[in-house]
Amino acid sequence: MQPSLLRIVISEGEMMTEWVKVCRKSELPDDSGVGALVHGHQIALFYQAELDRVFAIDNHDPVMDANVICHGIIGDLKGQWVVASPLLKQHYNLETGQCLEKSELRLRVWPVRVCQDQIEVQWAGA
Amino acid sequence: MSKAKLIVVGNGMVGHQYLQTLADQGGLDHYEVTVISGEPRVAYDRVHLSEFFTGRSAAELSMVAPDQYENWGLNVVLADPVTAIDRGSKSVALRSSAELRYDALVLATGSYPFVPPVPGHDREHCLVYRTIEDLEAIMASAQGAKTGVVVGGGLLGLEAAKALRDLGLETHVVEFAPRLMAVQLDDAGGALLRSKIESLGVRVHTCKNTQVIEDGEQSRHRMVFTDGEVLETDLILFSAGIRPQDALARQSSLELGERGGIAINNQCQTSDPAIYAIGECALWNRQIFGLVAPGYQMAKVAVSHLLGGEDSFTGADMSTKLKLLGVDVASIGDAHGRSAGSRSYVYLNERTEVYKKIVVDAEGKHLLGAILVGDAEDYGTLLQYALNGIELPKNPEGLILPVSEGGKPAGLGVAALPATAAICSCHGVCKGDIVAALDAGCVDVGGVKAATKAATGCGGCSALLTQVVNHELASRGVEVSKDICEHFPYSRQELFTLVRYDQIKTFNELISRHGKGHGCDICKPAVASILASCWNEHVLKKPHRGLQDTNDRFLANMQKNGTYSVVPRIPGGEITPEKLIVIGQVAKKYELYTKITGGQRIDLFGARLEDLPAIWGELIDAGFETGQAYGKSVRTVKSCVGSTWCRYGVQDSVKLALDIENRYKGLRSPHKLKFAVSGCTRECAEAQSKDIGVIATEHGWNLYVCGNGGMKPRHADLFATDLDTETLIRYIDRILMFYVKTADRLQRTSVWLDNMEGGLEYLQQVIIEDSLGLGAELESHMASVVDTFECEWKATLNDPEKLKRFRPFINSAEKDSGIVMVEERGQLRPATQAEKGELIPLAKVG
Repeated sequence: MQPSLLRIVISEGEMMTEWVKVCRKSELPDDSGVGALVHGHQIALFYQAELDRVFAIDNHDPVMDANVICHGIIGDLKGQWVVASPLLKQHYNLETGQCLEKSELRLRVWPVRVCQDQIEVQWAGA
Repeated sequence: MSKAKLIVVGNGMVGHQYLQTLADQGGLDHYEVTVISGEPRVAYDRVHLSEFFTGRSAAELSMVAPDQYENWGLNVVLADPVTAIDRGSKSVALRSSAELRYDALVLATGSYPFVPPVPGHDREHCLVYRTIEDLEAIMASAQGAKTGVVVGGGLLGLEAAKALRDLGLETHVVEFAPRLMAVQLDDAGGALLRSKIESLGVRVHTCKNTQVIEDGEQSRHRMVFTDGEVLETDLILFSAGIRPQDALARQSSLELGERGGIAINNQCQTSDPAIYAIGECALWNRQIFGLVAPGYQMAKVAVSHLLGGEDSFTGADMSTKLKLLGVDVASIGDAHGRSAGSRSYVYLNERTEVYKKIVVDAEGKHLLGAILVGDAEDYGTLLQYALNGIELPKNPEGLILPVSEGGKPAGLGVAALPATAAICSCHGVCKGDIVAALDAGCVDVGGVKAATKAATGCGGCSALLTQVVNHELASRGVEVSKDICEHFPYSRQELFTLVRYDQIKTFNELISRHGKGHGCDICKPAVASILASCWNEHVLKKPHRGLQDTNDRFLANMQKNGTYSVVPRIPGGEITPEKLIVIGQVAKKYELYTKITGGQRIDLFGARLEDLPAIWGELIDAGFETGQAYGKSVRTVKSCVGSTWCRYGVQDSVKLALDIENRYKGLRSPHKLKFAVSGCTRECAEAQSKDIGVIATEHGWNLYVCGNGGMKPRHADLFATDLDTETLIRYIDRILMFYVKTADRLQRTSVWLDNMEGGLEYLQQVIIEDSLGLGAELESHMASVVDTFECEWKATLNDPEKLKRFRPFINSAEKDSGIVMVEERGQLRPATQAEKGELIPLAKVG
C-alpha cells in the first residue's frame, strides 16, 4: 500500500530511530503543507521555499479532534516559525510544536532531512 | 427595617434615567420602588422615534434591557395611569382603582402634543406624533393615503415630516411662523433649511394659519387657511409644540406656572417637598425644558436630593444639533443675537447650501450663540467656546469660514478644552471624566463610552468624544495602530493602493518591497483577497495557493471534523426540477448531509477532501457553477418571486436578482457580500438586512446599502430612490468597488459605513455626485472583474496540477480514518467525541 515508504534503520546511542522516506521534495508545494502517513501516523509537512526548509509536525488538531493541521497557513510571528490551525487558528511553533495560545498544548514534531530530493523524517516510534 | 416607598409616575426617557441613576447610586437599597406608566411598554428612545418607520422595532427602541427592572426588584405597572394624588394620605390612585402609598413621589409625566383647537381637528386621520401607539396609528392611516400634512415646522414637526416621507406620502409642512424652526433659526438659516428640505420633495408652506379642516374633494380632508388658500390631504399630523403633562399636579393643587408646568426648586422638589417633578412636565425658573439632556440633569439632581446629596439644578443649555430630513442643523445659545451689544458674523454659500452664523459679545471676546445649517461640523467646537467662556481668536469669523487649501483649520483643538468642559450633556460627562476613564484603564472610544455613558444619549457628541479620546491616547504615547500585522506597516486600504498602483501580482513581491519577515495567517489571506480583487487570477494558482485561508484552499468550507461542505450557485434561488434532482443524486451518492441555507441555496455537508473533484465534476456536468460559499466574496442574491407570480409585485425581482448575481459572482472582497431584491414594498426578500438591498417601486428601484444580519444586525440605509436599472447597476458597481478599495480586512459593509467619516452622506457624494472623481475608475475596475469571471471549480477540474492537492496524503492513497460519522434523522453527521470513543459508530464512511 505504501510503496514509497522505505526504512533505513540507524542507531543513535541506545535509542532506536530510523529515517523514513516520505516523498520527493519536488512534490511539495511552495510555502504550503501536505499530509503524509508514516507508519500509519498522520503528519503534516510544510515547505518554506525561500529558506528551502521542510518542517514535520503532527497533523492532528487537538482542539477540534480533526486531522487538518497540514491545511494551515505558515508564517513567522515574532521570530518563530508557526502554522495556524485552519479550524480555530491556534498557532503552533513548527520547530517545537508548542501552542502559542494554550500553553498546555504541544504537538509532536520530527526532524526532517533531504537526501537527493528525498524527504526523510526521523521516526522514533509512534 | 422595611424600606421607604418611592413611586415614580411616568416611564419615558427621563423617568428611566431617574431609575437608572437611582440604581447606580445604591438607592434601591433604601427604597422599595414602584414605577407606573400609562403607556403599555417601558421606556423607549423618543429622540429616535422616526426610525420606527425605517424599520427599527419597538423592541430596538427600548431603553430598558429585558428583565432589567425585574432584576432591580422594581414593581412595574404598565398601561394603568395614575388618576389622582392624595397628598394628605400620601397615596396615588390608579385607573384600575388600586391605591398605592408613597413616602416620596416623582412625577416624570412628560408632555403631550399641543393640538390647535381648529374646527375639525378631531376628525379621523388627524393624529399626533409622540408615542409608539401614535406611530402605529399613523402607519395604519397611511395605508391608502397619498398625501400627508404636518402642522408645525419646528424640530418635532420636521421629524414627523421625515416619518411621513418614509411612509411614501407626498409630504407638506404647514407652519404658522414665517420660517421653519423659528425658535432656533433666523430668517436666512430658516430659508436655507427650507430650500434644502423642498429639494428633498417636501412642500413647505409658511405664514399659514389653519381656519378649519373639512371634507376634501380628492382627499380625506381639506385644510382651509385664513388667507383663503386650501390644501387637500389624506392625513394630518399635529406637531405644533408640546404642553407639560401637569394634570395630576393640578388635581392635587401643587403650584403650577401661569401657562402650566409643575413648579420646582433647584432640588427638583415641587411645592410639596415629598413630591419631585423632572423632565418636560417640570417648570424651573419659569422655563420648560423640552430636550432630553436637561431632563437627565433633573433626574440626577432629584436622585441626589432623595439620597441626601447636594446636587442642584441651575438651568440647562438648550443648544441642539440634529439631522432633520438628512440636513444638519444646529443652534447654540443666543442664536438671534438678542444680548445687548452683541454682534454677528455670517457665512452663506448658496452653491453648497451652507449657512453659518456666530453671535459674539460686545468686546468680541466670547461666543454667545451660533446657527449652523447644512454643515454642523463646527458645532462641537463652537459649543465649547460658548459653554466654557473660552476667549475667541482675534478674528472669530475664522471659526466659520471654510478652510482654504493649505490653510490651517481655525477650529479649537481639543487640547485647549478645560477639564470641566462638558462633552456629553445628556449624561453630564466632562473632559475630566473621560481622562479619568482612560486613567482607569480604558483604551479606546468603545471602552470610554461604556465606562462614562458619554455619547450614548442623543449621540451628538460622538465625534467630539472620539477626538478627545484619540488626543488623550496620543498624548500618552499610545499609537492607534492601523497596521494589518507585524509584517506590513500598512492598513488594508494602503496595501490595496500599493498592489493596484505598483501593479504587484504576488505576495512575495509585495512583502519584499513593502514588508518584512515571511507573512502570517492574517496578512497572507488579506493580500490574497486584494490580489484577487485587483487581478482576478485563480486563487489556487501556484504563487497564491499557500496564502489562501482554510476554505479557499480547497474551494469548499471546512467543517469541524475536517470534512467539507459544498454549495453550488443557485442564482436568485431559482432552480429547475432537473437540477434539484442532480443535487439529490450527488448528495445520495457521496452520502452528504443536505440543508437549505438562509441564502436560498442548498448546502451539502460531509464531503471528503478526495471526493470534492468528483462531486464538482457531476455538478458542473449538470450545469452548476461554484457558489463561492467558501470565499470572502459575493454570496447570494435572495429574491422573492416578484411581479411574475405575486399579485402585489410591481417589478420582476427574480430577473434583477439573476442579473445582479451573475454580474458580481466571483468578486473577492474584504468580507462576504450578501444581496437581496424584493419585488415590492412588502419586502419578502429582506433586502434591508443585506449589504446591498434593492426594493422595487412603481417607478423603478430603491437601493439600500450596508445592512447586516448576523452578530450585530444593522438596518440598511436608503441610498437612492426610484432608480432605473442602468443607474442602479452603476451605483452598485461603484459602491462595491469603493468598499473593496477602502474597507479594513474582514470588515463588513455595515461596520465600514459606520466608521466612515461623513457616513451615508459622504458615501452618496462619492457615488452619486462623484465627489472624488473616482466613478469611472471604479466602474472600469468592476468591468474588468466581471469580464474575467471564471468558475473556479471548472478551472480546477481542467488543471491536473491543482487536482493533485485534493488528497489527504502525499505518500498514500488511504483515507483519513479520523473522520467518523453517525446517523441522525436519516442523514449522516460528525460523531461527537463521546460517540467516537465509546460507541460503535452506526456508519463509518470510507
